[in-house]
Amino acid sequence: MNAVIHEEHHHDGPPVGFKRWLYSTNHKDIGTMYLVFALVMLFVGGGMAMLIRAELYMPGLQIVNPDLYNNLVTDHALIMIFGMVMPAAAGMANWMIPMMIGAPDMALPRMNNMSFWLLPAAAILLLSSLLVQFIPGTGTPVNTGWTIYPPLSIQVGLGMDLLIFSVHLLGISSIMASINIVTTILNMRAPGMPMMKMPLFVWSWLFTGLLLIIVMPVLAGGVTMLLFDRHFGTAFFDAAGGGDPVLFQHLFWFFGHPEVYVLLLPSIGVLGLVIPTFSRKPLFGYKPLVYFMGFLFALGLVVWAHHQYTVGMSLGVTTYFMIGTILISIPIGLMIFNFIFTMWRGSMTFETPMLFAIAIILMFSFAGVTGVMLAVVPADLQYHDTYFVVAHFHYALIPGAVFGLYAGVFYWLPKWTGHMYNEKLGKIFFWWTTLSFNLTFFPQHFSGLAGMPRRIVDYNVQYIEFNQISSIGSFAFGLSHLLFLYIIIKTVKGGEKAGDKPWEGSQIGTPGLEWSLPSPPPFHSYTTPPEVK
Amino acid sequence: MLKPKAVLGSLASLVLLVFTGTAFAEYKLNFPEPVAPLTQQMYDLHMLTTKIATIIMVVVIAFVVYAIVKFRKSKGYEADQEFHKGTFGVWSWLLVPVIVLGIDLTIAGSAMDALEQIEDYSTKSDVTVKVIGSQWKWTYEYMDDDIRIVSTMTSKEEAGDNYLRDVDNPLVLPINKRIRFLHTSSDVLHAWWVPEISYKKDSIPGYINETWTNIQKEGTYRGQCAEICGTGHAYMPIVVEAVSEEKYEAWKAEQKAATAAALAEASADKTWRKDELMSKGEALYNTNCAACHQVTGVGLPGIFPALAASKIATGDISSHIDIVLNGKTGTSMSAWGGQLNDLEIASIITYERNAWGNDTGDAIQPADIKSARK
Repeated sequence: MNAVIHEEHHHDGPPVGFKRWLYSTNHKDIGTMYLVFALVMLFVGGGMAMLIRAELYMPGLQIVNPDLYNNLVTDHALIMIFGMVMPAAAGMANWMIPMMIGAPDMALPRMNNMSFWLLPAAAILLLSSLLVQFIPGTGTPVNTGWTIYPPLSIQVGLGMDLLIFSVHLLGISSIMASINIVTTILNMRAPGMPMMKMPLFVWSWLFTGLLLIIVMPVLAGGVTMLLFDRHFGTAFFDAAGGGDPVLFQHLFWFFGHPEVYVLLLPSIGVLGLVIPTFSRKPLFGYKPLVYFMGFLFALGLVVWAHHQYTVGMSLGVTTYFMIGTILISIPIGLMIFNFIFTMWRGSMTFETPMLFAIAIILMFSFAGVTGVMLAVVPADLQYHDTYFVVAHFHYALIPGAVFGLYAGVFYWLPKWTGHMYNEKLGKIFFWWTTLSFNLTFFPQHFSGLAGMPRRIVDYNVQYIEFNQISSIGSFAFGLSHLLFLYIIIKTVKGGEKAGDKPWEGSQIGTPGLEWSLPSPPPFHSYTTPPEVK
Repeated sequence: MLKPKAVLGSLASLVLLVFTGTAFAEYKLNFPEPVAPLTQQMYDLHMLTTKIATIIMVVVIAFVVYAIVKFRKSKGYEADQEFHKGTFGVWSWLLVPVIVLGIDLTIAGSAMDALEQIEDYSTKSDVTVKVIGSQWKWTYEYMDDDIRIVSTMTSKEEAGDNYLRDVDNPLVLPINKRIRFLHTSSDVLHAWWVPEISYKKDSIPGYINETWTNIQKEGTYRGQCAEICGTGHAYMPIVVEAVSEEKYEAWKAEQKAATAAALAEASADKTWRKDELMSKGEALYNTNCAACHQVTGVGLPGIFPALAASKIATGDISSHIDIVLNGKTGTSMSAWGGQLNDLEIASIITYERNAWGNDTGDAIQPADIKSARK
């Protein structure tokens, strides 16, 4: 009893047992839970991808039936986006933003707890929507793709309802997390840290949070209308009842396109820290980077219909969306340019985070140029819904979002755990994962051009070569993540002691305050506002 | 140990491989050769943007490679801490928007002509075909000639190497004529796509989308449904036979005669024997119904109901006729009343009630269907 009272009097140590996690209001613990959740989902979503590629290794039906196949395609996307990339980025935001800007914790710690704990509930609903098909009498599985376009999604059975509720929870979770992060950034900065001195990662999350707050309610509204069409006799998306199937696509992509930047921006922010650190030179063009991130934020909100050039829009509307979309190359181009010139005349070393950063610059540029190709309407009417698109967005999202998060993991693991990761293993993981990624997705450009549509369970024999290369690549890609897991567990458990500033160049340019704290940082980072020099 | 430039080298050589194509000469690396003016323009745009993309990638790779070779700590290079404060550092942010905007507007400008051509709905067409997508087959209606074709996938045995890209009744079109396609759907979204001759516009229930082409070369062109449409999405191939005008006219006459004969047969006031109905019914069932309910009548458990020993196929005749004629809302079962004539529906129902051990002995007559339609 005395011990308990003692605990309550001194808030310096974490509570013990499950209460530490279930009731947590500590940004570091919640950040850790987000990151662990994301890691688990990485393996769930990745396992689905392995099943998909195993099915596509040969023409014919070998492993799954057509509906299960398309359900896996649907859930692979939803899990990787909502279960992996967004929680991982939110975990990093939770861990790093308060430490970077000198805040004692997140602005709204209890809401922080709730935004995390909605995620496991949403994940259970999402996985039930996949598993419910094995119970007889639950109707057609979710065979729609993650875009859940009506009228097909109206035909689907119980799985679609579970998926809609899952999306509701995910949306609530994201909106609350975003409000929290935006509030923290705007109100909790230490004295002497103006906006224009914030690390780029903080800026990137400010825009990400604002984007989510704007677009998530639209998705929630869209899927709710879908739910009403399914069960309550409305006809929002049913032409026979005076509704419009294309309206759903506009609502979905008004969310869906900004969502791409939600996934990309935190990783761009990580690059904005990693590249100066290992080039030992301040970020090149900090201000333009911030302003052009704002430009990307604004432009990203008004170009959604390039995902639906084929629905039959008028010449004027199509032209507008085409030009708007091509203009996205300006802010993206500036980011690439500034990152290259941050390295220029630097004094570079090539630790694992830096290797990822350089690979991202190259592969994300490649996604950018295929993106411009896709933006050109007449050509897109040929590329649309083929494997060319699949290859493009995996090049955008795996280097652009996922590898950026890996760079962040390796960059901050010493700070989080107090131990250095094994650099040699980190480099092996980098080469293994980058080469197998390219082996998986590069050939898909060609299967697409040769005419292979996306989301087909079985394909004509002419596409066999590229699909086999792709499948072999994907197995190697998937396998590389076991090494990733091993490195992380090993680093958490022990390893060479990391200093407070494990990276030589971490204090150059516009760093955060995180490097002024010990590694690992104390349970409560700051008891008095730190001073920004 | 591996060096970063090694990965750059391999990436660069991959990019080069694409555009020289020598290493994969026997595989298809690009769009099939276009045979219509509009698809040719799209192909040219694709090649233009591919070239621009390649040049940009070469420039980016060159800068990155130079940087990581030259500016390394291991070579004793000292970082220039003032670089971002110099004239280049302060003003270079203008460079990217200016250069990129120039490239962007060049690309957008060169796309405008094709875009206006695509959206040109005023030029008169010689042939108009209404393309109706439904789960999982294509129906073609020649609007000027009252010809209607239903096109479904052929089996692996029949199609051979073209399996999943082969159909029983191809769409026959004349060359050197302006052809207008009107796309719509009877259930969910589909997209009709044959890259050599035409581009994608979705088939949407309640919408009519328009595309056009003018095929320059005789031949067989293949494609697939490009918008996910449920269980059978992979099983909706498209085949277009482009033929000379004479052959096209001959084919049309043949089709009209066959349709007229079938209609006459169906409306003839005749009582059909069960074995006649069964043999007609088996062929019709296998093309129209087997995609879901399977040739063996066992369906796909949990997805498509079995007909063998089912309540509907062995129970009350009028409810069996009703579900075939009018479909079942909320499921993939479509209404066949508008797609098949009385004799065809009577044959299918007779077949379903007697095949696979159902053995009801019923012989449904076209007259029964006719009265059920009222």
